[in-house]
Amino acid sequence: MRRRKNNWILHLVLTACCLAAIFPIIWVLSTSFKPEPEVFSDRLNLISEHTTLDNYRHVLTMKGGVFFIWLRNSTIIALITTVIGVFLAATAAYAFSRYRFLGRQGGLYIFLIAQMFPGAILVVPLYNLMRQFGMLNSFAGLILAYSTVSLPFCVWMLKGFFDTIPRGLEEAAMVDGLSPLGTFYRIVLPLSLPGLAVTAFFSFITAWNEFMFAFTFMSKERLYTLPVGLRQFVFQFQTDWHLMAASAVLITIPVVIFFLQTQRFLVAGLTAGGVKG
Amino acid sequence: MSLLSKIRRHRLAYLLILPTALVMAGIVFYPLIRGVLISFTNMNQYNMGSKFIPPSYRFVGLQNYVKVLTSSQFWDILGQTLIWTITNVFFHFTIGLALALLLNRRFRGRAIYRTLLLIPWAVPTYISAFSWRWLFNSKYGFFNLALKALGADPIPWLSHQVWAMVAVIATNIWLGFPFMMVVLLGGLQSIPREMYEASEVDGCGRIRQFWTITLPLLKPVALTVTLLGIIWTFNMFNIIYLVTEGGPHHQTDILATFAFIEAFHQWRFGMATTYAVIILSILLSFSFFYIRTLKGSEEIY
Repeated sequence: MRRRKNNWILHLVLTACCLAAIFPIIWVLSTSFKPEPEVFSDRLNLISEHTTLDNYRHVLTMKGGVFFIWLRNSTIIALITTVIGVFLAATAAYAFSRYRFLGRQGGLYIFLIAQMFPGAILVVPLYNLMRQFGMLNSFAGLILAYSTVSLPFCVWMLKGFFDTIPRGLEEAAMVDGLSPLGTFYRIVLPLSLPGLAVTAFFSFITAWNEFMFAFTFMSKERLYTLPVGLRQFVFQFQTDWHLMAASAVLITIPVVIFFLQTQRFLVAGLTAGGVKG
Repeated sequence: MSLLSKIRRHRLAYLLILPTALVMAGIVFYPLIRGVLISFTNMNQYNMGSKFIPPSYRFVGLQNYVKVLTSSQFWDILGQTLIWTITNVFFHFTIGLALALLLNRRFRGRAIYRTLLLIPWAVPTYISAFSWRWLFNSKYGFFNLALKALGADPIPWLSHQVWAMVAVIATNIWLGFPFMMVVLLGGLQSIPREMYEASEVDGCGRIRQFWTITLPLLKPVALTVTLLGIIWTFNMFNIIYLVTEGGPHHQTDILATFAFIEAFHQWRFGMATTYAVIILSILLSFSFFYIRTLKGSEEIY
C-alpha cells in the first residue's frame, strides 16, 4: 500500500518536471502554427482555431527555396564532422586508456585547459589562420574547426569507457594473432558502441547547432549553414516571431530525430566511470 | 631507460594520438597562444591590418591588464559572473541529482520520462535562447500573458536589472540540468545493487543508505562533473548574449560575453583577449586548487 502511494507521488513529480522541460518547445511549436495577427495579440491559447502552415511556407520558399541549400550544407558538414570527430576521439581515447606513455597525464590536463579559454574569443586568431590557409568559405575549414569543439569531452568520456573493457579480451585476441590495431578495431570498438554513439551524438549536435564560426568564416550566401542563413534572413529583425518560430521548429526536427535514435545509449555511454575517467 | 627508447616503446600510442594532437594544436592551441600575445598589444579594428594594409599595432606591455583590473566595471562583471556560475551550477546539480535519484528506481514509463527530461539538452542553444526570449517577451510573451490572465501586473523581464538576471539564469538552468542528470544517473547505475541489498539485510533505512552508500560512491563522478560544469558555465556565452545581450547596461554581462562585446562591438581585440586571458587564469587557478584539495581524499583523474 505504501509503495503504491509513493509511486503516485513519483509520477506526479516527474510529470511536472517533464512539462517544465518541454513547455518552451511546445509553446514555440504552437506559435509556429498561428497566423501572424494572432501571434501579436494578447490571446493566450495553445492551439489556434485558425491553424495555418503559412509561416512554414514563407520560410521554405523564401529567395527561391535557398532554405534547402542551407539544409544540405548543414547536413554535409554535420555528418562529416561526426565521422572525423568519432575517429579522432576513439583513437586518442584508446591511447590514453591503454598506454602509459610519456606526456599522458599532461595530455589529459591539456584537454581540460582547452575548455577554459572562451571559445568566442578564439574566433579572432582562428579567422586569421583560416585566411592564411585559404580556408575561409570552405566546408573543410568549418569541419576542422567543429571537430575540435566537442573533442576534449568526447576523448575524456571514451577513455573512461575503454577503461571498463577488460584487457584480458585484447590479450586473448593478440595471442590469436591479431595486431594491436586489429584488436582495437575488431574487439574494442564493437564493445564500445554506446560510448561511440554518445560521441557521434555530441559531434553531430555541435556541428549542427554551431553559429559563431559559421557566421564568421562563411560570407557567401550559398555556403551558409542553416543557423547562419536563418539568422541573416529571419532572425535579423527580431520582430518576426511567427517566422522565427517556424524556422526554429525546422532546425530542431533533425536534431531531435538524431537524439531519439541515440538517447538510449546516453546513460550507458556515460556510465561506468564514463566521466570519472 | 633513455627518453628515446621510452618514446619508441609507445610508438603506437603516439601514432594514435597524432591526428588529435595535430588538429588541437592547429585549431585550439595556436589561436590560444596568438590570443595571449595579442593581449599585450593595442590591436583594434584599424591597426590590425588586412589584405592590403600591413598591420600597425604595437606591443604595450601590461597596459591592458592594468586598465582592466583597475576599472570598477571589471569587478562588477566579475561579481555577476560569480553569481551566474554559482547559482547555475547549484541548481544544475541539485535538480540533476534529484531527478537522477528518481529515475534510478525501477518503475513503468521510466524511459519515457528520461527521454522527455533530456529534450532541453538536445535542442540547439540558440533555439532555446530564442524560445525563452519569446516566453519572456514583455508584450506577447507567455509569462506576461499568463500573469495578465491571473490579474497580476506584467514583469519587465529583459529590461530590469534583477529580472533580466533571473531570466537568463532560469533559461540556463533549464538548458543545463539534463546533462548533470544523465551523468549522475550513469554514476548511480554503476553502483552495484548488492551493496544496497547487503545494507538492507543489516537493517539500513533509505536515508541512511543515501548518506553511507550513494553519496560516497557518487563522489568521484559528482566532483568531476561539477568542475566541468563550473568551467562551462563560467564561459557560457550563448545564452546571455542571445537572451539579453548582457543588458540592461551590462548588468547581466559575464566576463565571457563582455570580452566578446569588446572584440566584436568595440573592435578592441587587445582588450578582448586581455579579458579572455584573465578568464583563463581564474579558471586555471581555481581548477588547480579544486583538484589539489580533492586529490588527497579522492582520485579525480
